[in-house]
Amino acid sequence: MHSATKKSDRQRLIVIFMRGGADGLNIVVPYAEPAYYQARPKIALAKPGQEKGVLDLDGHFGLHPALAPLMPFWQQGNLAFVHAAGSPDPSRSHFDAQFYMEIGIPGNQKVSEGWMNRLMGAISNKTPIQAVSVGTTKPRILNGQMPVANLASGRNANKPIAIDRPQVSAAFNRLYGGNDALSQTYHQGRIAREALMADLDQEMKMANNGAPLPDGFVGDAQRLGKLMAKDPRIELGFMALGGWDTHVNQGSDRGYLARGLGSLGKGLAALAQSLGPAYQNTVILVMSEFGRTLRENGNGGTDHGHGNVMWILGGKVRGGKVYGEWPGLETAQLYEKRDLAVTTDFRDVISDVLARHLSVNDTQLSKVFPSYTPKQKIALL
Amino acid sequence: MTVKPRYLVLLLFILLAGSDPIYAANKPVDPKILHVINRLSFGAKPGEIQKVESVGVERYIKAQLSPNSISEPPSLTRQLSQLETLNLNTVEIRNYLKAPPQATPEEKKALQKRGGKILQEAVKARLLRATSSNRQLQEVMVDFWYNHFNVYSGKGNARYWVGAYEQEAIRPYALGRFRDLLGATAHHPAMLVYLDNSQNKASRRPGATSRVNENYARELMELHTLGADGGYTQQDVIALARIFTGWGIAGSGQQTNGKSVFYFDPRFHDPNDKVFLGRTIKASGQAEGEQALDILAKSPATAHHISYQLAQYFVSDRPPASLVDRLAQRFRNTDGNIRAVLETLFQSPEFWDKKYFNAKFKTPFQYTVSAVRATGLEVNNTIPLSRNLEQLEMPVYGCRTPDGYKNTQDVWLNPEAINRRLSFATALGSGRLPLIGTANNSPKNKSINRVQPLDATQLINTLGNSLSPKTQSAIAASPPELKAALVLGSPEFMRR
Repeated sequence: MHSATKKSDRQRLIVIFMRGGADGLNIVVPYAEPAYYQARPKIALAKPGQEKGVLDLDGHFGLHPALAPLMPFWQQGNLAFVHAAGSPDPSRSHFDAQFYMEIGIPGNQKVSEGWMNRLMGAISNKTPIQAVSVGTTKPRILNGQMPVANLASGRNANKPIAIDRPQVSAAFNRLYGGNDALSQTYHQGRIAREALMADLDQEMKMANNGAPLPDGFVGDAQRLGKLMAKDPRIELGFMALGGWDTHVNQGSDRGYLARGLGSLGKGLAALAQSLGPAYQNTVILVMSEFGRTLRENGNGGTDHGHGNVMWILGGKVRGGKVYGEWPGLETAQLYEKRDLAVTTDFRDVISDVLARHLSVNDTQLSKVFPSYTPKQKIALL
Repeated sequence: MTVKPRYLVLLLFILLAGSDPIYAANKPVDPKILHVINRLSFGAKPGEIQKVESVGVERYIKAQLSPNSISEPPSLTRQLSQLETLNLNTVEIRNYLKAPPQATPEEKKALQKRGGKILQEAVKARLLRATSSNRQLQEVMVDFWYNHFNVYSGKGNARYWVGAYEQEAIRPYALGRFRDLLGATAHHPAMLVYLDNSQNKASRRPGATSRVNENYARELMELHTLGADGGYTQQDVIALARIFTGWGIAGSGQQTNGKSVFYFDPRFHDPNDKVFLGRTIKASGQAEGEQALDILAKSPATAHHISYQLAQYFVSDRPPASLVDRLAQRFRNTDGNIRAVLETLFQSPEFWDKKYFNAKFKTPFQYTVSAVRATGLEVNNTIPLSRNLEQLEMPVYGCRTPDGYKNTQDVWLNPEAINRRLSFATALGSGRLPLIGTANNSPKNKSINRVQPLDATQLINTLGNSLSPKTQSAIAASPPELKAALVLGSPEFMRR
């Protein structure tokens, strides 16, 4: 452990997964392309300056208005996007596509470890709370050899439960003293819970004056941020947010997508703020398994597509820029004549963050993404 | 709870015997009996092992495969009959929620409450049946098939219909023919809403296909039938979506059969022939969808996909290929007869291979229900159970994604999840969970029903004295008020 470093000096990475295939074309909107408006008569977002229009980013792309809470980060140069990014695997199955992105090996069904778990192995500082995931189920991305701490989501996440009573845990300690998977998980659970509860308890008392955190994603994001701000042992964080499978009534400035983005935008802003000084050394990566069709369907929604946008937020991010080669939206430029093409492999984006931000060297990188060599260098940091 | 005289004697024996382990009075039970109970039911309740011992494993399986031959506890029947909305079909639900013309704000509020009641009663019914029904395999299969054909209650009107969906589309066919199950789910308004097929409409202009919604068509093939590697293409997804255009829900002026609000509207159906999985489907309205379901139900890929999932649920997270192949063959030979496939499964050498005994890690639902069953408590308040399931991220009807909840260890075995399971076990074992509390329980009554820990010896006997020596000694070394909690929180009890 590098105990000499100040707690805010530790480099941290937080990954947020938007499950359901979020519509990147209505998140970072190519408003300068006439084809965008032709293909989306109902759900397109208006140009900047118009009523309910997008928030201009660079004269070509604009941000969905529900993401207004993130504009200050863009203006400060802390927020970047990589457009037309994604997996080279053409699967339009949510579950296959998520699996590939989480194990980090598109097309491979056999490997079961997630890339974040392999990353832990590479950068390990060997603490029981090196990685924290929000929720009581295990996301594939953190599956593997290295122990991962998790924290229940929701308002009651840091309320005391029976196992917190010393008499109760003492009894269960006798039951779970072995080396089997269950005992190990139990043991990790005890250590992690004690550490996280102590952190949360102090933090909540100090910072909130008793006011409860908001419910849902915003509250969970804030809780994770406070934990990471408080405890330098936590280097990696993960959260998933569902509800992006918008086949129907996706909406434009209002509707399902806008609601989801509203909550995500507020959550990210709260996360950044709650990290405090640690934000300077944090990268927040937002991704989804695939994008959606360029054309809207007959129900004001979109179907499963291919290329998408990745978001990178953090204190040292070279933001204020939309990265990636933009393939265009003319029919001939689309993937299978229907979707935004993928011009940047998602592993190129992550590799750059790992290398520049977490100082992961090439050998370690080849363990995180086996049999993969980054095809392009994107200098995000 | 009352302590039966037999256990009093046992307790006395333990007290007198001093340091003797508390389980010593009874011999361990045949592991085969424990295995069959663990897999065909949500776990042993008091007396269950003795029952299976007396009828024999084969007859137990046979009876469970014919649930109608098994009588239900009168208390369960009574409790279910008190649920006003449980057996409403979707037409009746629509009427139940119909606002009177010019409804007052009070009337509207009351109506909203009625709406909430439908979902609450459905959740309660599922938990009551899972914990108390004698037709346990039926309940286990409802759990399996509901997940397989998952509908999320949080999507639009689905909250009013998920209960009816279980009663009408899942439950009656849980041990029946796969094609019937597939058809019932395809027609049900809950599924039509959840996977957007009710909005899958062809344009009125001939030849146009732009109003097609692919959502149901894709998940129908990927999840419900062929499987992701089932050999279909994007073109098949589009063709199947076109085949299902016009399937939807009756508007106010549209006639239905009185049992379901399902409605096929030919005006929104794509009137062209379609090529689906290499076959030409002649334009024939609703019949095209039925033909597509026939093709999917008969496909060898479907037989394999369903067999894999059954083997994974009943045998192992990584089921042996030999078993999957045998089940798939039986599936094909019997035209998707689920009972027959299960019969093959329960007779297979793989099912009886000792290495799979107690090898499946319980899902939160299985864990919660099995713990309550083991106590023998007659539950009438299911709220503490549904709360626990929410905390463990497995609420009833609450899976957002169409693939349903997983049943494998890699998803559910997590540090904080174990903390929460053990806390639930502690609350239940120490008698603090108000499962038999009712709404009209006055504080006075509560003081009479003092918190009393459950009887650990009784629990151990109920579970067939199957705890390891290590677990036994940990229990023996713990204070009396925690012994029952330790049984329910033991490593052995985390698995089935």
